[in-house]
Order: sequence, then structure tokens, then C-alpha cells
Amino acid sequence: MSTTFWIIVAGAVLTYLTRAGGHLVLSRFERIHPRVEAGLNAVPAAVLTTLVAPAAMEGGPAELAALATAAVIVLWGGGMMPMFLTAAAVLILLRHLLA
Amino acid sequence: MSAHSYAAQRPGDEFLQGARASFPVVVAAAPFGLLFGTLAMENGFTIFEAVFMSATIYAGASQMVGIDLFGARIAPWMVVLSIFAVNFRHVLYSATIGRHIAHWTPLQRFVGFFFLVDPQFAEAEKRVERGQRIGFAWYMGLGLPIYVCWVAEAWLGALFGRLIPDPHALGLDFLLPIYFLGLVMSFRKRPLWLPVVGVSALASILAYKTVGSPWHVSIGALAGVALGALLPPREAE
Repeated sequence: MSTTFWIIVAGAVLTYLTRAGGHLVLSRFERIHPRVEAGLNAVPAAVLTTLVAPAAMEGGPAELAALATAAVIVLWGGGMMPMFLTAAAVLILLRHLLA
Repeated sequence: MSAHSYAAQRPGDEFLQGARASFPVVVAAAPFGLLFGTLAMENGFTIFEAVFMSATIYAGASQMVGIDLFGARIAPWMVVLSIFAVNFRHVLYSATIGRHIAHWTPLQRFVGFFFLVDPQFAEAEKRVERGQRIGFAWYMGLGLPIYVCWVAEAWLGALFGRLIPDPHALGLDFLLPIYFLGLVMSFRKRPLWLPVVGVSALASILAYKTVGSPWHVSIGALAGVALGALLPPREAE
């Protein structure tokens, strides 16, 4: 098998370990400290934000307008699908107009 | 919250519920999955290697980083380390979601953790927030369509990727940040949401500019989690 194959296998094993590892470590403790609990409750917002922030910083007017649209729709109580489709439409439209 | 959400549901119904929740995820990830297959071919992968990578690593951003480094002819262990660095955030997902799947069998947990990608984690956490149980059937109903489509897209992208005329004009490169922002917003009712988002955003941008990608994800996330752990919760004020 090629080097590429083995790189993929090693990457897959390590990735699985990250997905099981957090639970394996935490489940060794009888009780979870309230501070740890509070930290874990912050995980969704903390991690997902890091997947948006640099892209937003490097984005131009079209990208920022799309993100703003998405934020406003969620604040108005729109679901994920309307949010996603509307923001994508804004992005595509503005990229065409501003190009 | 309606009473029926607490009642035990049949696994078949739960599976379908999960599958319905997977729909927006599948749509948002589709361009990314196709793009991966296309870029993998451009970086010298065979079709088998592209599909194999999506099927075994199953983590979009790290796969992109991986093929990028293949193209740059870097030492194999560096490529593996980079994939690990991009995926390190899953340790936090695992620890967080582990609290809500204690009722699963060990085999169910062993299988379930493989599917713990970003949207899988976010949808599961949203379900916990609604006061609903995370059943294995619901979890797989959500995860399997995402997984099957992801693997199929690598194959389709590898075969037909060159046919996409102008990915930039179609906005394909920016669909995931939009989707992830929607997910971030959906957790806005949690204690300390705004400070956590602010600190994570700042730390990840600073790390992106100084240390560089992919470390900005782990650094930004740890900054936000540390803030959440250190600040007193709002209820206690």
C-alpha cells in the first residue's frame, strides 16, 4: 500500500481517538466539578465560533452581508434551512453584483 | 415543552426524526464534500484514496488540510500531526456529549463516537437543550445520511469535479461559515454565550494571524471554554 494510504489510516485512528478520548478521560471521574461542567457547556459556542471568525475577518462585503443576513434570520426565529438558503442567495447575488 | 418529548419513542420514529434533522446539514456540507473530491484529485490522489479518506477520517477541514500538505510534499508524520491538530476540538465534543449518552451500551458508544462531526455534535446538543433524550436510533438517523452523502460526494467530486465552472461565483467556498454561524447563534440562550463567543472569536483571529491555521481552532476554543469555566454563572449573581 502507498504512503498516502498509511497517512490516511494514521489520520483516521488519531481522529477517532479525539472523538472517543474526551469521554474516556471524563468518565474516569465519579463527579464532574461544576467549573468543568460550566466549561463543557461553553464548548458548542466556543468551538463553532473559531470555525467562523477567521473566515468572517477575511471576508469582503458580500461575505459579511451573508453572515449578517444569517444572524438576523436566526434572531427572528427562522430555522436553519431558511437561514442557510437566504444567506447563500445574498452571497451569490452580491458576488455577482460586486464582481 | 410538550409532554410527549419525554415519553419513550419507538426507535424507528427516532431514527426518522434524526434523519429529518440531517437534511440542512447534508445540503450545507455537499459543496464541501464535492470540493474535497475535486481537490484531492488535483493533488495527486487516486479516486480510491479520496473516497477512503472521506470514509475513514470523516472530518472535512482536516481532510482539506491533509490534501493541501500532500500537494506541498511535506514529511508524512507532519501531515498526520496536522490532521490531528485540526481534529483536536473533537476531544471537547466527546467530553461534552459523553454526559448525555451514558445510557448507551459500550458498543453503541464505540460506533457513535466515529460519527461525532461538528454538525452531529451541534444537533445533539440542541436536542439536549430542548430537554429530549439522545437515543442511539436518533443519533444514527442524523449521522448516517450525513456520512453516506459525504463519502458519495468525495467519489462524485473526484469523478466530475472539473465540470463545476466557477465555485467562487456559486458561493461554494463560503457556505460552511454561514452554516456554522447559524449553529453558533442557535446556542445563544446558554449562560455566558456572548462573552464566550467574543473571546473565542478574538482568540481564534489572533491565533490565526500569529500562530497560523489550524491551531487557531484549538486556541480559540480553549480560550472560550476557559472563560466559561472561570466566570461565575449568571444564575449565581
